[in-house]
Amino acid sequence: MTYFADVATLARKDLLLELRSRDTVPAMVLFVVAALVVFNFSVPADAEERASYGLLWIALVFTALLGLTRAFAAEREQRVLDGLVLAPCDRSAIWLGKGIAVVAFLLLAEAVALPAFHLFFEPVGLELVAGVLLADIGLASVGALLAAMAAASRTRELLLPLLFLPLVIPVVVGGVGASIAEDPGRYLAFLGLYDAVFAILSWATFEYVVTE
Amino acid sequence: MSSSDKFIAGAYLVFLAAVLLYVVIYSFKISRLEREVAELVELARRRRAA
Amino acid sequence: MWLAAAAAALLVAGLGLALFWIPEVEGDPAFPIFYLHVPIALTAYACFGWAAWKALRLLWMRESSYDLESYTAVHMGVIFAILTLVTGSIWAKYTWGQWWVWSSRQLVLFLVLFLFYSAYFMLRYSVEPGPRRANMSAVYALFGIVLLPVSFLAIRLAEDVIHPPPVVVTREGPQITDELMLVFVVCLAGMLALAAALYTNELAGKRLDGSLRELRESLQ
Repeated sequence: MTYFADVATLARKDLLLELRSRDTVPAMVLFVVAALVVFNFSVPADAEERASYGLLWIALVFTALLGLTRAFAAEREQRVLDGLVLAPCDRSAIWLGKGIAVVAFLLLAEAVALPAFHLFFEPVGLELVAGVLLADIGLASVGALLAAMAAASRTRELLLPLLFLPLVIPVVVGGVGASIAEDPGRYLAFLGLYDAVFAILSWATFEYVVTE
Repeated sequence: MSSSDKFIAGAYLVFLAAVLLYVVIYSFKISRLEREVAELVELARRRRAA
Repeated sequence: MWLAAAAAALLVAGLGLALFWIPEVEGDPAFPIFYLHVPIALTAYACFGWAAWKALRLLWMRESSYDLESYTAVHMGVIFAILTLVTGSIWAKYTWGQWWVWSSRQLVLFLVLFLFYSAYFMLRYSVEPGPRRANMSAVYALFGIVLLPVSFLAIRLAEDVIHPPPVVVTREGPQITDELMLVFVVCLAGMLALAAALYTNELAGKRLDGSLRELRESLQ
């Protein structure tokens, strides 16, 4: 199936580029840890401990944003996106390849962020990890498409947060709910629903975002 | 006027104000369109004369 | 414009009835705001739905005229969304003493939608006009209409874990008698007609702008 071969090639390209340049993932890791440290100073003394879970999710969303801002930067600089679009592969493969790469970057950042959070703030349970994994899929799906839109605009890095944040509010709700509710299953199921709905929509509409 | 009436009136007035604001904005737009059409008619006339 | 006339008639009748004819509701003397606020909210949803439909047609048919229609519908939707937030806020101030209550699902949903569709305009302003911008706007409008139910679900789920609701927001509505329902339907129909009339108006205005520009270019 050449479709999946294309996706694999594209994803591998992004991962290899990152492996060689090592600019995005270290930045994401440093950012999320710095954010956690800032949080320590920003929460009032008598605040509920569980509030820190909310802060973790904010940090994750902004770390994703950081990674996404760079997502199509390389293509834009080398005008590679036009070439990719002209290539005889299904355009949605570009989205899927990019999405997989973004998930990989997020996982790497989270591999540092979650232990750090566990150390600095509150225990990290299984539900939280499950929530994070599900959220990564949603954030990457929606993010890859919106990053392509932003890359085509004049304002680029300024535009992406504006487009991204309203769309990922449900992810924050699902994630925080999975972290602190008595019944995390509902929230995890909701995250799954979000992933399914928005991944399908992004996959189906990506073609239109990159072509005339 | 009881306090509940004031709030009701407030809400309805906001709505009315919004609709009227729209009308005002539109009348400005129409006068601008009139002006533009007049300019273009003038341009066309000059073109025909030349 | 028959649409505008119908809108005027329906709204005056409906809102007039709401203000003067229906009996006062126990426990909620400011209830007549309901006849303004809810039709406005439903009309906003309808505008966003219409925008998504036009967006779908644009992507499907690759017919660029749908772009203007979708854009105008989003514009209308945002106007009605702002009105929803304002009238909702006034009602909240009366009923619960605060201008904003995070525990009102509808208000929060509209805030999220307002943010989302405001970003729509930012998207349009930062991309050169053309088929690319039309496509991106259409995709974004589709995301919006999908976000609507997903956000609503999220907000409902959030109630259990975010902010312990300080204010009990179950608005015990009155018994919906036939009369109340009739007045509501009239108000809703009037509001939808108003939105349709304004939409047609605005669309005509934008098309005129386009035609004039074309005319100017060919004359110069």
